[in-house]
Amino acid sequence: MSSGTIFDIKRFAIHDGPGIRTTVFLKGCPLSCWWCHNPESQAPGPELSYNAALCVGCGACLLACPSQARSFGPEGMQWDRDACVECRRCEEVCPTQAVEWVGSKMGVDALMQTIERDVPFFDESGGGVTFSGGEPLAQPAFLGELLDECRRRGIHTAVDTCGAVAPAVLRVIAPRADLFLFDLKHMDTHRHRQLTGVGNERILENLEWLVAEGHRVEIRVPVVPGATDEVENLDAIGAFVSSLPRPVKVTLLPFHETAREKYRRFGMDTVWPEDLHPPGPTRLEELAARLRGHGVQVAV
Amino acid sequence: MNERTRRLRQASYQAEVTLSSERAALITEFHRENLGRWSPPMMRAKALEYVLHRQSLYIGEGELIVGERGPRPKATPTYPEVTCHSEEDLRILDRREKTPYRVSEEDMEVFRKEVIPFWRGRTLRERIFQGVSEEWKAAYEAGVFTEFMEQRAPGHTTLDGKFYAKGLEDFKTQITERIDRLDFLHDPRAAARLEELRAMLVACDAVIAFAERHADRAEEMAATEEDAVRRDELERIAAVCRRVPRHAPRNLWEALQMYWFMHLGTIIELNGWDSMNPGHLDRHLAPFYRADLEKGVLTRESARELIECFWIKFNNHPAPPKVGVTAQESGTYNDFTNINLGGVLPDGRDGVNELSYLLLEVMDDLHLLQPQGNIQLSRKNDDRFLKAALGVVRKGYGYPSVFNADGVVEQLVRAGKSLQDAREGGTSGCIETGAFGKEAYILTGYLNLPKILEIALNDGIDPRTGRQIGPATGDPREWESLDDAMAAFTRQLRHFVDVKIEGNQFIERLYAENMPAPFLSVLIDDCIEKGRDYNDGGPRYNTSYIQCVGIGTITDSLSAIETHVFEKGEPSMDALLDALATDFAETETLRLHLANHTPRYGNDDEQADGIMMRVFDTLVKTIDGRPNTKGGRYHVDMLPTTSHIYFGSVTGATADGRHKGAPLSEGISPVQGADRQGPTAVIRSAARMDHLHTGGTLLNLKFMPSVLEDDEGLGKLAQLVRTYFRLDGHHVQFNVVGAETLREAQKHPEEHRDLIVRVAGYSDYFCDIGRELQDEIIRRTEHEI
Repeated sequence: MSSGTIFDIKRFAIHDGPGIRTTVFLKGCPLSCWWCHNPESQAPGPELSYNAALCVGCGACLLACPSQARSFGPEGMQWDRDACVECRRCEEVCPTQAVEWVGSKMGVDALMQTIERDVPFFDESGGGVTFSGGEPLAQPAFLGELLDECRRRGIHTAVDTCGAVAPAVLRVIAPRADLFLFDLKHMDTHRHRQLTGVGNERILENLEWLVAEGHRVEIRVPVVPGATDEVENLDAIGAFVSSLPRPVKVTLLPFHETAREKYRRFGMDTVWPEDLHPPGPTRLEELAARLRGHGVQVAV
Repeated sequence: MNERTRRLRQASYQAEVTLSSERAALITEFHRENLGRWSPPMMRAKALEYVLHRQSLYIGEGELIVGERGPRPKATPTYPEVTCHSEEDLRILDRREKTPYRVSEEDMEVFRKEVIPFWRGRTLRERIFQGVSEEWKAAYEAGVFTEFMEQRAPGHTTLDGKFYAKGLEDFKTQITERIDRLDFLHDPRAAARLEELRAMLVACDAVIAFAERHADRAEEMAATEEDAVRRDELERIAAVCRRVPRHAPRNLWEALQMYWFMHLGTIIELNGWDSMNPGHLDRHLAPFYRADLEKGVLTRESARELIECFWIKFNNHPAPPKVGVTAQESGTYNDFTNINLGGVLPDGRDGVNELSYLLLEVMDDLHLLQPQGNIQLSRKNDDRFLKAALGVVRKGYGYPSVFNADGVVEQLVRAGKSLQDAREGGTSGCIETGAFGKEAYILTGYLNLPKILEIALNDGIDPRTGRQIGPATGDPREWESLDDAMAAFTRQLRHFVDVKIEGNQFIERLYAENMPAPFLSVLIDDCIEKGRDYNDGGPRYNTSYIQCVGIGTITDSLSAIETHVFEKGEPSMDALLDALATDFAETETLRLHLANHTPRYGNDDEQADGIMMRVFDTLVKTIDGRPNTKGGRYHVDMLPTTSHIYFGSVTGATADGRHKGAPLSEGISPVQGADRQGPTAVIRSAARMDHLHTGGTLLNLKFMPSVLEDDEGLGKLAQLVRTYFRLDGHHVQFNVVGAETLREAQKHPEEHRDLIVRVAGYSDYFCDIGRELQDEIIRRTEHEI
């Protein structure tokens, strides 16, 4: 059995597919969208999170570190990524969980045990497990085995993907999943590259293929002010979705600011403009109407 | 609400809570004149008669359902025969910041001159404290347990549907027939039965007379009423009060007024805990409602108006005032009438009907402190019903709470009830399971589990006072495993439960022999048939509950000891004991480490939940099935009301990193903030407890209002509840007010007087609860998904 790197498991996820779900977040993503809500999801390896608000300055992590990768500066604890040997002693000794390693290897068996905990809730609600990320298809062998195990145990599966994956991988995985939550960000490939670091050609091809092959797909469009919310983009998405061989539902996901704190904890810089605010309900409704104008079924 | 009910609601909501000396003065007068004249049951019945013949009547402007316990809404009587408030008590009640009961100078004068001098030294409360053992007093003063019956009589009882089909005259016939069958030749108790049965007859007549007085008054008022519409209403009120409770009701109006006289009769007779409760009101009212609609006498709207007029009456009756520890364990105006909706009928059919929905609407519309409601959710009930209830929950009043009707039936059957009686049962008070109309199910006191562990960790000594109050169970420094810790805890638990039950037995007899409740006995099967009082084993079933508090705190504490002391060897037991004794003064890092690196209950963690199951199993083995003095048995309940605050205040630092004096965990909820895996994990942990071996458990789930905003969220919440009940969970309640709103209310209480939040098995005005409890609820609210 293979193992993979995951960075979080969220139970009672109620916005990641039908019913009550457990969402497993796999680490590593080919995209680097600047608005990313899970900045820790992008790199494939483990990362250190430091929550200054919880730190009591006891120094336990400094004393425990065998490679002197830690020091204490005016901004609280500091971490020398190059010196770190990832022994995770700092996490063990931190009394308040201010220091936490994010991203751990987990075997299929262990992960299935966690997933199975909420089977009664899945049964009652028509829910199941959603593999999200990062990009779950970036760990295809691991994901494939998980999907097979879930199917064997009668657990509904959804794969939340950015679509930027090798078509060969998708062809191997697609028949083993019950539902794809497929992110669609921008229809202009040049702009897509600016926003996410990659062009959209392969993404669109993969999406068309999935729909044409009869796999169940729901499209999710992040509404990021100034990035994806231009009317032209929505029109282009509307035209594209309505041209797909079968009708596909689109959900608009408003950008939100809660990730700002996360960036801080991982010592990353946000590139968000200070005045970037979530779109209000009226704006969302406007954009939804735009899509509906193309005969697309939209949920907000 | 229409114009009438809006005004009635406003009047009730705004009425000042006062103490009335009227009942106390009448009771005093009666006893002064009649001391020793009759047997105890007859004395009690005659006293009730004396009061009901004389107490002031109140028929408020616009009221359709009439009758008050006191001279006016929220004028609260005292029961000096049970507990006689001292002048100091009265001053405290008058002036205390939270839940005051204003005492006027005239009332104070009556208490001072008439009531206190007569009752001092003669009250049941004083006899209780004189009669219990030194060990009992030591444990009580240490805060190991509380005592319910030291200020209020046994209660927690709920009525069934029999008096909607029978008037008090019919009950009298039944009683007289029973008297005719008494066998003085062979039954040594025949004379005692006769006294009890005669007392019941007197009590029935007393309540009938009380209704007649209302009829007379309404007629007098009608005679001088200038408004023709109101004149008609008053005449109608008079006619209704002539009919019920003497005879069975024939329509919805009479049915509501019938219940209301039963309610008043029992709460004027004695100050039983949890007021009185109509139980399955939806099924009891449905036949009258349907008939009235069919005949065209009522429309849905006019029926709703009548029901709202009835509903508001409950809010006029604050809980009889408590003082001292008892006020701390349950400091609220709420007197815990908890109306049951839905569930299954006695024959097993789906119990939801159109009234279930109408009553949910009324609850939502009036959103008063009292009465509170719950739904009894059976697998047979539609999701539509559950969603309608959650639609009210979403408003954030904290009610209705949601009970597992099928689980309640199983609990009752396990405890020896017939299937039919079990299905006619439900829950009352906070979460207590009972067979309605047939059972005395008495809460006897809260038990402080973390305190008992603290005493075990100190070899039987209470570190707060240095007194040896438990057995010497050995030096914990010599313990080598969790088994040793559990063995010491189990011995301490056994000791304190023995002491508690010994005290209970004594107190039970005091009530049985000195404080019969003949009117209540008429209403509870089989008191008439047995010729025995409600307080003396007359009911078909007689259950005593001990309510265990702090399962989350004790589980996490034991888990911390196992993980850190026994498994990792760091800290040593010696160092831990030292840290606890000093409240972590020099060891804050250790405290944080214990709090954050211990497997904790509420996270679906096998190790922590395994400890919870061991503790729970020990509780059941120690308490469940032990006999009381009324032919019934003891069972375990898992609810705190507000005692987890009081218990926390007398309990030192605990090994889970809780500071000395901080609240304990409440109900079977995890320690505040310890659950970090979301609600499904909390539910999995809570469901590892065998709820069917209890008489009720209380679980709080916290939701941001945003989760419930749309129908999808509501649907998923419904599925969460259904899953908990599939796993035999007993009860769940929801707090859906955002922390911001609560902080705002703390700052500007005057603007948020009507903010109702879920406390524990009941809701209360946020501004009426203590600062500590407010802070705790804010903390609860913040740890949300």
